[in-house]
Amino acid sequence: MLPGTPFHKRTSALCRARNWRRWAGYVAAGSYDLYHDREYWAIRSAAALIDVSPLCKYLIRGPDAVRFLDRLVTRNVRKCAIGQVMYTPWCDGDGKVIDDGTLARLGEDVFRLTSADPSLLWFHDNSVGMDVSFEDVSESTAALALQGPNARKILLALSAPGIDGLAFFRATETELAGIPVSVSRTGYTGDLGYEIWVDSDRAIPLWDALMDAGRPYGIVPTGLLALDMARIEAGLILITVDYVPAHHALLESQKSSPLELGLEWTVDLGKEYFVGRDALARQASAGPEWQLRGLEIDWVSLERTYGSVGLPPLVPSSAWRTSVPVYGGRDQVGYATSGCWSPLLKKYIALAHLRGPAGVPDKTLEMEVTVEHQRLRATATVVETPFFDPPRKRG
Amino acid sequence: MGRGNAYDAIVIGGGHNGLTTAAYLARAGRNVLVLERRYLVGGSTVSEEVFPGFKFSVLSYVVSLLRPEIIRELQLSRHGLEILPLESTFTPLHGDYLFRGSDHDETRREIYRHSPRDADAYDRFGQLMYRMALAVKPILAMVPPDPTSMRPKDLRGLLRLGRHFRDLGEADFFMLYKLLTMSSADFLDEWFETDVLKATMSASGIIGTFLGPRSPGTAYVQLHHYMGEIDGAFRAWGFARGGTGAVAESIASAARDLGVTIRENATVGHVMVRGGRAVGVALEDGEEIGARTVVSGLDPRRTFLGLVDEADLPENFLGAIRRYRSTGSSGKVNLALSELPNFTCLPGHGDHLRGAISISPSQDYLERAYDDAKYGEFSRRPYMDVIIPSLIDPGMAPPGKHVMSCFVQYAPFNLNGGWNDERREAFGDTVVATLSEYAPNLPDAIIHRQVVTPQDMQDVFGLTGGNIFHGELSLQQLFFLRPAPRWADYRTPIRGFYQCGSGTHPGGGICAGPGRLAALEILKDGHR
Repeated sequence: MLPGTPFHKRTSALCRARNWRRWAGYVAAGSYDLYHDREYWAIRSAAALIDVSPLCKYLIRGPDAVRFLDRLVTRNVRKCAIGQVMYTPWCDGDGKVIDDGTLARLGEDVFRLTSADPSLLWFHDNSVGMDVSFEDVSESTAALALQGPNARKILLALSAPGIDGLAFFRATETELAGIPVSVSRTGYTGDLGYEIWVDSDRAIPLWDALMDAGRPYGIVPTGLLALDMARIEAGLILITVDYVPAHHALLESQKSSPLELGLEWTVDLGKEYFVGRDALARQASAGPEWQLRGLEIDWVSLERTYGSVGLPPLVPSSAWRTSVPVYGGRDQVGYATSGCWSPLLKKYIALAHLRGPAGVPDKTLEMEVTVEHQRLRATATVVETPFFDPPRKRG
Repeated sequence: MGRGNAYDAIVIGGGHNGLTTAAYLARAGRNVLVLERRYLVGGSTVSEEVFPGFKFSVLSYVVSLLRPEIIRELQLSRHGLEILPLESTFTPLHGDYLFRGSDHDETRREIYRHSPRDADAYDRFGQLMYRMALAVKPILAMVPPDPTSMRPKDLRGLLRLGRHFRDLGEADFFMLYKLLTMSSADFLDEWFETDVLKATMSASGIIGTFLGPRSPGTAYVQLHHYMGEIDGAFRAWGFARGGTGAVAESIASAARDLGVTIRENATVGHVMVRGGRAVGVALEDGEEIGARTVVSGLDPRRTFLGLVDEADLPENFLGAIRRYRSTGSSGKVNLALSELPNFTCLPGHGDHLRGAISISPSQDYLERAYDDAKYGEFSRRPYMDVIIPSLIDPGMAPPGKHVMSCFVQYAPFNLNGGWNDERREAFGDTVVATLSEYAPNLPDAIIHRQVVTPQDMQDVFGLTGGNIFHGELSLQQLFFLRPAPRWADYRTPIRGFYQCGSGTHPGGGICAGPGRLAALEILKDGHR
């Protein structure tokens, strides 16, 4: 039997849809309701409670922890203050992304790094001769994301110290209903939100406390289908969907550098060394061949496309994760890797890899749309991500 | 006397390769006769009802290397071939175990239990071996070019090979080089720390060889076992419904359908040669059958030192064949069981019994097993690859009863004092005693026991030295050196006489690649 997360006792009782999905070897709810739209709207209008325990989590400790991490990731870890969190990818020697996650500095020599793929071997390979230790706390630490405009109010209702002033991408050790937790103001929704890290054996009381405190604020247990829509709106990429991790790629062309994924802001070429630095410096000076951009599919064009067979436009009810060709004139200039209808923005949006000049914002391209078994095209405009970026996210 | 050449081609030996060659020749319109010495076709790929109601895959017992193009081209599915999945490996220990199943997450969790670092390494290793299998795949389907020759076809082949290696990329090329030269134990030591994991993985590097896990060259044999593919997935192993004999029967059925005549109980005495050219075969009972093409599916030593007059062969070639290593190292013990084995470390009849059960608790265990064989004894505690076919195909045994197939290594062909009935039973006793250390109910569950020694493999199945691959799969006798320099393209120094057995490229196992490539070369030569 595939294991559930430390919250499974609660989540399984709530999962009316029983559409369990597999996430990193655990079962995770696709949605709790039979349909996920209430969960989606909870993220944007109230508060969503999402079990993100299947993430890989590592505690990295030791006098050389900074040195090691600075070598591993593309961001400048020396600039990471205690209590700060950094989103960062990390690369292979050719500057191609292996994984991405958040790095929280919990103390002078203590960090917590999350990843999608198990990474112990890669840590070991890159820490030869360093005084640093790795503790895989994936099992022993459970994690919840509390996301949405009411997220802060719920934590304050639990009178958690240190939450009120907690800035975007900062973390603090605190207590929720007497349970010691680590709270970071981070998330995968692009909204106001927190991620809460707790010892697995205290997971259930924490869930109960949050659900109780959250009830007046409209808290909704939320599954991965709604999360997937929110993260596309936020322009946040998903490993194996929007990029192929370098260690899993069968072809060179399947790999992407951070510069090709819209993550140039995470790459500090001023650092003396990190894995993949030289390749990235070369690519930065030549300019990356590919760009990951947003696409907004034009509604009028979509109407015309569906109208050609006598149908009104049909928009996807949940996010899709397939590769869809994108054209500039007659040539294919890229491919979209995930997309959804944004009920909030009232726009059909997608994330796409675009080659060369096709990736310039405001450019008009076409995306393939299958209408009644025919491959047609709808006009799409290249935009910068995020599609949705509310002030409350940072405010 | 069949003077009229009733047949265009005669294939000696109805093993899976011989049948494949026959089927492909018939597919091209040739009139083909297959002569099989035993009462049934299959060679080492046979299922026999050794004990009433119990079907044994007597020798070879799993399928993976069988070339997909052969399944496709001969339409083997239409001829009854069904390959059922066999996707797990269970290694019992005293008090613990290692279970690797078909599910990535479950297997990862299990390896993690032994070593978190190895769990990561296992994924990366799997990806590496996948790339290595991709790297070697085109070579499997290729007639080996002679690197010393300037003939256009050899140069073309070498060019193709060169391009292929260039396209590999440097990292994969260097890795392939390591795989070709290292021992499987050393290679795995670079990746893993869990002894039982390394032992079980390195076991696929010693199967069928007279080498230990620390002998150089075994890393390649390990790769050889990663190259199998089923439905496009590398490293997939399966079990043919009805036992491995069903593979040969499906090829035989395809061959008959294409017009091939198959004669069982027909022992070839020698190949008739006139003026340096094969003209037919003479059976042991004196019957002579003419044909312009004669193909041997027997192993190289039997083919060239048994079927033809040595005077018809050049001295250097004969020397190479005499030096060709073909010494067996393994035995087979097949059991009819009244109940399933119950393993102390993981009781019950769960999934762990449905795949391979590997007796390979540590690398030292395997190396010690080899030490015994080096000095002429069978292993006191042998390595074993065990499957319970009746759990995969219930038709193999009466309802509720089971058959168990144990591949056992090491059992040296050149046993001190030689093999006899007493030594055979002692060997069988050792196997049962070893297994019962892990599954104590086994001895009482045995209804019937069949023990096949390397000597039996030679005497009954015609495998020289009891070598299951028709000759060691070591680098010095692979590719353009299999079975001998200059004669790796299925031709022989005798015109009209060809070889198509596992002693030719791409070698041993239920692969049928040699049979197919041989037929294609014969057809290139054109003469009927």
